Amino acid sequence: MKFSRKILAATALFAAMAMGMPLAAQAKTLVYCSEGSPEGFDPALYTAGTTFDASSKAVYNRLLQFKPGTTELENALAESYDVSDDGLEYTFHLRPGVKFHTTDYFTPTREMNADDVIFSFERQWKEDNPYFSYVEGASWEYFNGMSMPDLLESIEKVDDMTVKFTLTRAEAPFLANLGMDFANILSKEYADKLAEAGNEADLNQKPVGTGPFQFVAYQPDAVIRYKANPDYFRGKQPIDDLVFAITTDTSVRQQKLKAGECQVMPYPNPADIESLKGDDSLQVMEQEGLNVGYLAYNTKMEPFDKPEVRKALNMAINKQAILDVVFQGAGEAAKNPIPPTMWSYDEATEDDAYDPEKAKQMLADAGVENLSMKVWAMPVARPYNPNARRMAELIQEDFSKIGVDVEIVSYEWGEYLERSKAEDRDGAVLLGWTGDNGDPDNFLAVLLGCDAVGGSNRAQWCNEEFNDLITKAKSGTQEERAELYKQAQEVFKREAPWATIAHSVTVMPMSKNVTGYKQDPLGGHAFEGVDITE
Amino acid sequence: MLRFFLHRLGLLIPTFIGVSIVTFAFIRLIPGDPILMLAGERGMSAERYAELRSLYGYDKPLIVQYFDYAWSALQGDLGTSVVTKRPVIEEFFTLFPATIELAFVAIIIAVAVGIPLGVLAAVKRGSWLDQGLMGVALIGYSMPIFWWGLLLIILFSGILQWTPVSGRISLLYFFPQVTGFMLIDSLLSGQEGAFKSALSHLILPAIVLATIPLAVIARQTRSAMLEVLGEDYVRTARAKGMPPRRVIGLHALRNALIPVITTIGLQVGVLLAGAILTETIFSWPGIGKWMVDSVFKRDYAVVQGGLLLIAGIVMIVNLLVDVAYGLVNPRIRH
Repeated sequence: MKFSRKILAATALFAAMAMGMPLAAQAKTLVYCSEGSPEGFDPALYTAGTTFDASSKAVYNRLLQFKPGTTELENALAESYDVSDDGLEYTFHLRPGVKFHTTDYFTPTREMNADDVIFSFERQWKEDNPYFSYVEGASWEYFNGMSMPDLLESIEKVDDMTVKFTLTRAEAPFLANLGMDFANILSKEYADKLAEAGNEADLNQKPVGTGPFQFVAYQPDAVIRYKANPDYFRGKQPIDDLVFAITTDTSVRQQKLKAGECQVMPYPNPADIESLKGDDSLQVMEQEGLNVGYLAYNTKMEPFDKPEVRKALNMAINKQAILDVVFQGAGEAAKNPIPPTMWSYDEATEDDAYDPEKAKQMLADAGVENLSMKVWAMPVARPYNPNARRMAELIQEDFSKIGVDVEIVSYEWGEYLERSKAEDRDGAVLLGWTGDNGDPDNFLAVLLGCDAVGGSNRAQWCNEEFNDLITKAKSGTQEERAELYKQAQEVFKREAPWATIAHSVTVMPMSKNVTGYKQDPLGGHAFEGVDITE
Repeated sequence: MLRFFLHRLGLLIPTFIGVSIVTFAFIRLIPGDPILMLAGERGMSAERYAELRSLYGYDKPLIVQYFDYAWSALQGDLGTSVVTKRPVIEEFFTLFPATIELAFVAIIIAVAVGIPLGVLAAVKRGSWLDQGLMGVALIGYSMPIFWWGLLLIILFSGILQWTPVSGRISLLYFFPQVTGFMLIDSLLSGQEGAFKSALSHLILPAIVLATIPLAVIARQTRSAMLEVLGEDYVRTARAKGMPPRRVIGLHALRNALIPVITTIGLQVGVLLAGAILTETIFSWPGIGKWMVDSVFKRDYAVVQGGLLLIAGIVMIVNLLVDVAYGLVNPRIRH
């Protein structure tokens, strides 16, 4: 008793001593309530958006980058580039005078050059590079996922400021790959210095880049601190300090934003969006996400091999009800397999109107009676489908109105992804896709190309006309390519291998005094050019 | 005493082996392949899948995997996280001080409030005070932690704005970590207001985490006190005309505390379990949240290594409690 009373008294005394003392002086600081901890600070090792926000978006640059708020590429560390006529050689002319960050753990002695570019790619590619397996389990997921090892023939230094990439085949989407988060340019000088001291793992803990912010400190699961890079090649940032306050719980994140403990938060609870919009101290930005949620029929199995049957089922789905119930308003009906923020999106496409009567008639005309089918519901929430179970139930109800009996099935997530690939799979699968690099090829070839049958083409749909168009579209100028993709979308709509359901809408609430923030259609969160007004 | 201690220590070895087998098996029993999870919708080719399985050693027979794991664990290597690619032991000890700090303050609150309440309820047995206190204790014991935590956040941080919503210290303060305990580090930093900020961040999660142990301790103290208060020696002391305060404080409470100490020791496990939820709600950067995330990602090395370390700590604390108990009560040494 006496003991605990003493502790209480001491605690109260300390608290009293600390009270009334003024707070530390404030620099111009932007606090972002991020949704999770980064896995590390070398983005090429990982695939999570949370990691990219904390590493590549803040600290690094790439040869080419996406123009803020768009999926279009612009020159970044490359000042210009040439493409050979056969589309196999890409020569990049590097921007002169770009400095790597000077931090308390590294002082660069030279500016960015071709060695850094070659190092940044070769460490993911060549097994004899000392950084190829510098952390246990390094698998360079995105570099491999985007088929870079098959695509790259060689990377050569032409001179100090010129690098030539030679490809094994002509492939225009290659440029978009270079804008992705695995393609950051790291300092070879820093990596060499770490290797000399035997501290290779620090490359993943204490990043050095050329980006708008430089890394200061990271306290796991709590906070990441950055300060503005004074030598940034596009000029110093308007804010002095950038802080990521890691807050995993959505409700708590929202409370912190309202209490002014942070100025920007991602991923609000859909049910709370209206109340956030009603808050006078906040502004709420909205944009369609670079994703699509779909129901993929198995076009190899009867009766789903008939386009008119698929079309009829599509017409029976009440998308508005799904948007209201599953997305709670934070979604938009999808009519094309690619999202509206992507170049080449076909505005002219007409969606299948919701018409159960006509759908019933079409099924009867196709000679389909007493159809019973399975609908697969994913066990996890994704941006493109926040509640697949509920969505499947709504579709079940819709289909029952046209006399189609639906059984809902589900598996553990890894199992679900694996089993749904099978070409003789029974039933239609709810799934979706979030774009990697803003190139239409990343949707249309990955999800609907003939090569992807038995893999990520869950409709098992191989249509010659469509496949020719998307193959042709792998080279040429953006205008030429966009035209081909539009034609491909027409074929898709006619043949209906999927019911395209929705694109999510990404909602970003932030304080009213935050200016210059641009929502990234690719799903990242970047603070370059963001300011706080008093 | 030494024999007693060695005997208890000897019992730890088979328990520890058991825990290592259970934790190893537990995460593998949950359906889900960590590599497929890592790949997500993108998927990967069969060759790539096989390559990664062999990279992480999942292609070996389970029994071989277990012995590899056990052998490395004996040498202090608990493996590497598939997700972050960092050593499990390094991650654990970076986050552990935050959990200890939270649990330590919570147990102090639970003891400092729970014992007096239990004594009060016992002394006023049957009164409205007793029934009221025990009713509240029962509610505290049954309260879902995540709900209770959110309720307190909405009231104290949202409506009244007395405490910050989450985190360990205001983001204005930035100083190197010396001990990893924010209350101590904030004092050492010498920055004005840092300690107050750390304390105000700690208070709500500590109260939430203290709730269940507090209720248990209060109820245990009450029943132990009631038993002791009925003893002959208490009646004798009263009959001698000793002031009631002295009878309760000196004679009754001391003896009643013996079972209460055991209860407090057992609360260590409860605290670490409760910390998982509390930390998730308050974004408290401790091992609780880390473990939860790892289970969802099927990060085998982290789940089995983390559980092994937590179980080890609980076992050691219980051993120390047993020893302390032996010191207090010489009868059980043999």
